[in-house]
Amino acid sequence: MRHLIGLLSGMLFGAGLAISGMMDPSRVRGFLDVAGNWDPTLAFVMGGAVLVMALAWLVQRRMPAPVACEEFSLPGTRIIDGKLIGGAALFGIGWGLGGLCPGPAVASLVTNPVPAAVFVLAMVAGMVGFRLTEGGSK
Amino acid sequence: MLSELFPHAQPLHGFIGGILIGLAGAVMLLGAGRIAGVSGLAARTLGLASGAPRMLAALFIVGLPIGALIMTTALGGIESRFPPSYAVLAVAGLITGFGTRLGSGCTSGHGVCGLSRLSPRSIVATGSFIASGMVTVALVNALGGGW
Repeated sequence: MRHLIGLLSGMLFGAGLAISGMMDPSRVRGFLDVAGNWDPTLAFVMGGAVLVMALAWLVQRRMPAPVACEEFSLPGTRIIDGKLIGGAALFGIGWGLGGLCPGPAVASLVTNPVPAAVFVLAMVAGMVGFRLTEGGSK
Repeated sequence: MLSELFPHAQPLHGFIGGILIGLAGAVMLLGAGRIAGVSGLAARTLGLASGAPRMLAALFIVGLPIGALIMTTALGGIESRFPPSYAVLAVAGLITGFGTRLGSGCTSGHGVCGLSRLSPRSIVATGSFIASGMVTVALVNALGGGW
């Protein structure tokens, strides 16, 4: 059941990315190109997704436990620090350069295998790099 | 009016896709009690982070291209233009991988799940990556590297 939920969630996510135009890096780049030929589509994607998720959070508050697991495991950190802001800013640079964030990149592995794989392999290398520096700083 | 101002925009397709993405997040939250954040679940799948049960994370990640392929086929293909340079893709991927781990999330985790939860951390992170993405695109354009 739990596994089915993972697969179903991933498939819905991938389908949403495909119909929304978010698997087109040039369109995502267009959203970030505010000073140029701005394309507001991404704002509608975020709007639709946030709307549904806001309802889901309302339901979540009334549920003692999720359907297929024993408890909710949600981020509880409240600290806003340089790691959060700097990490997000770094991610933004990558997003702006390639027009890709992790979801569309992974989703494109079948439909646009070569460029998506170049991005995803590099992304994994970046994650490994973080893991190594994290180990060193502790 | 929107279509006159922004002829390339696809607000309806965007909104429908957004609803599907929101449903994906809702299924993960209410079903498994977790955040549907792609960077975190990808790192978890590869054993690079703690968090969700590994099989749950892996099946979510595998589901992404399956769902995308089904929808793409149903639509008879989708438009998709990637950056023309593999070097740009590789650098962008590297920065994205490192930055999303350092900042604990990406567009899905912070931008969709966190914003809708009104998480102060996610609001700050989303503002940060959108701002830096906009600055990056403006700089690349100014340097003649637009695509």
